[in-house]
Amino acid sequence: MPDLVLKNGRVIDPAHAIDATTDIAIRHGRIAALGDGLDGAESIDCTGLVVCPGLIDLHVHLRDPGQEWKEDLLSGGRAAAAGGFTTVCCMPNTLPTNDTGAITRDMVERAADGPVRILPVGAITRGLAGEALAEIGEMVTAGAVAISDDGCGVQDSHLMRRAMEYAKPFEIPVVIHPQDDHLFGHGVMNEGWRATELGLAGIPSAAEDVQIDRDIRLSALTGTPLHVAHLSTTGGVELVRRAQGAGLLVSAEVTPHHLLLTDTDMPAYDPDWKMSPPLRSAADREAVVAALADGTIQAIATDHAPHAPEEKERPFDDAPFGVIGLETCLGVVLALVREGRISLADLIHRLTAGPARLFGLDGGHLGVGARADLCCFDPEARWRVEPERFYSKSRNCPWAGRELTGRPLHTITGGRVVCRDGAVTDAR
Amino acid sequence: MAETIDTPAPKALPFAHTDLLDTAELTAKEIRFLLDQAESFHEINERQVKKVPTLRGATIMDCFFEPSTRTRSSFELAGKRLSADVINFSAAASSLKKGESLRDTARTLAAMGTDLIVVRHPASGAAAYLAHELEVPVINAGDGCHAHPTQALLDLFTLRRALGRLSGLKVAIVGDITHSRVARSNLLAMRTLGVETRVCAPPTLLPAAVERYGCRVFYRMADAIEGVDAIMMLRIQRERQGGGAFPSLREYAHNYCLTRSHLALAAPGCVVLHPGPINRGVELAHDLADGPESRILDQVTAGVAVRMAVLYLFWQQHGSRQ
Repeated sequence: MPDLVLKNGRVIDPAHAIDATTDIAIRHGRIAALGDGLDGAESIDCTGLVVCPGLIDLHVHLRDPGQEWKEDLLSGGRAAAAGGFTTVCCMPNTLPTNDTGAITRDMVERAADGPVRILPVGAITRGLAGEALAEIGEMVTAGAVAISDDGCGVQDSHLMRRAMEYAKPFEIPVVIHPQDDHLFGHGVMNEGWRATELGLAGIPSAAEDVQIDRDIRLSALTGTPLHVAHLSTTGGVELVRRAQGAGLLVSAEVTPHHLLLTDTDMPAYDPDWKMSPPLRSAADREAVVAALADGTIQAIATDHAPHAPEEKERPFDDAPFGVIGLETCLGVVLALVREGRISLADLIHRLTAGPARLFGLDGGHLGVGARADLCCFDPEARWRVEPERFYSKSRNCPWAGRELTGRPLHTITGGRVVCRDGAVTDAR
Repeated sequence: MAETIDTPAPKALPFAHTDLLDTAELTAKEIRFLLDQAESFHEINERQVKKVPTLRGATIMDCFFEPSTRTRSSFELAGKRLSADVINFSAAASSLKKGESLRDTARTLAAMGTDLIVVRHPASGAAAYLAHELEVPVINAGDGCHAHPTQALLDLFTLRRALGRLSGLKVAIVGDITHSRVARSNLLAMRTLGVETRVCAPPTLLPAAVERYGCRVFYRMADAIEGVDAIMMLRIQRERQGGGAFPSLREYAHNYCLTRSHLALAAPGCVVLHPGPINRGVELAHDLADGPESRILDQVTAGVAVRMAVLYLFWQQHGSRQ
């Protein structure tokens, strides 16, 4: 008999083109069967809910080790579970940097009992300093699923070429935070009228585009897959689309905030709206939404970047970059479906099978025998974002106070119910 | 408070602003009212005894988190001529260097129980932040590259005195527009008042989408100045040449230093303004700075009167709510 049956939900599995109201049976942590009238030791009534593969986030910052006052593996894992995620990939800008096999292994071991699967991304360069290669092979052996110097761009083009060449045998993507430091300068928000009006230093789109262009060429040169993190510009979308058209191994992700917000939406000087890359123009937003819909962008990633209130409560210039997004992601991006910009199945694909394929992860689909990672959400539930109720330790969220439609209720990781009726089961 | 014959006739403010953060929030009527009030205080400044008891018993905290000589002295003088107790809270001596957050600084200031706060800060938005945190009126004395409303008001006061009107004037603002809070606050106020504005600078010193201020954009002095009634020169900060905005002060001066020969292109009676301090020979020729067209010292004088009006009106506005 199955351990758990999810009854009567609208099952959407984009990888298998399934969209049907039925039951799902889970046994020994795996999908055992899909079909009507299934029974198990335990059942959860999912009438009115969408049941889909557990969401996969290729890009989060869990701040552990080293900055546990912002977030740690457990609080970040709980935030992920509450947001419907069952797998998150955590960036290496920890203290110390995740640039050796030992640190990767430590993170994997400490995360093993958490509510979601946490997969580390290793550094490209030692200490993210952009000067010498990190121990990429050791990290991959210890469980790293990709490498990235996220938070900064690798400025030295020759070193970047070497990193991509060296990474090739490990069959992992190189993830770039495309940023030319000279063009970025002291910028704190998108360059344009809003920045001019507020007297804030602007960051031009070109600061992002020139490194995307460079690294696409290096990917062509080396044959190593390139994944562009948090794509935000019209120019970047065009570069990625053209590279894919030419058959190159180039992929991209986009954040919920870049899909829904623009620089003119930002309340004046609100540090909870400060992130890198910054919110761009309405035309850029339009470009990334179109790219998500047509498949140029295959993944939505939150870039969940926690910071403590005392770190954010500074003048805009001095506040750190980054906003959190794990617990709001689904409610935010479902707006695109209601706006008619993307089908529900395609949106779910970009949160599940899309990202799984890019990093070569198992999961992201509901085939019999697959990991029993599932997300059950109510697409019609309306709720107000109250950061003080987040499982995350941090509150730096631009959606605070907004009403969202669509909320994850149950999250199942490896057959375990880690979140039930919106409450993480091992917490509080 | 007892009114005396020396105090300008108290008028109710025709607006409900609790803080002065930028000129953007002021209507044409409100700006004219402020300038009219400043005329009354300007008259006081020409008397032998330049002090009125209007703000006796009030405490003004001048908080300067970046260096300033002119604006700070001007605010201090304005407060003292209104008989207020003026306290200076300066960056060098403050806890900011010790890592105290702006929030805690604000709460400390609030707890001291002052009646008005004047703030100068290197970060854009700092005045708005303090205004949000504090009950008492906050007067922005310059925040980052964002706004410097009292400077714009004193510039308008000077222009109106020199030329007799504001609406319909043509004004060119020349220099580092990108980093200038003075230019921003003037462009916004001038648009509100129907002044035709032009900006002129090398493209490296013009911010993105600057034309959205309603100004015409020029790269050449001769084109920008043609037919204007006033020219406002901005101080060029020497460190900008290191940032690559222009190759050298020499070349900048060659292209953008206002000289007497330029004035022939302007409208007859054109006046020259500069917020100071001047780099003679860089943005302004030596002889022009002292010439009959210059209203630079009038600006300094006007600054005290305008700030007296601002302090008085915002204090009164706040007091009337209590």
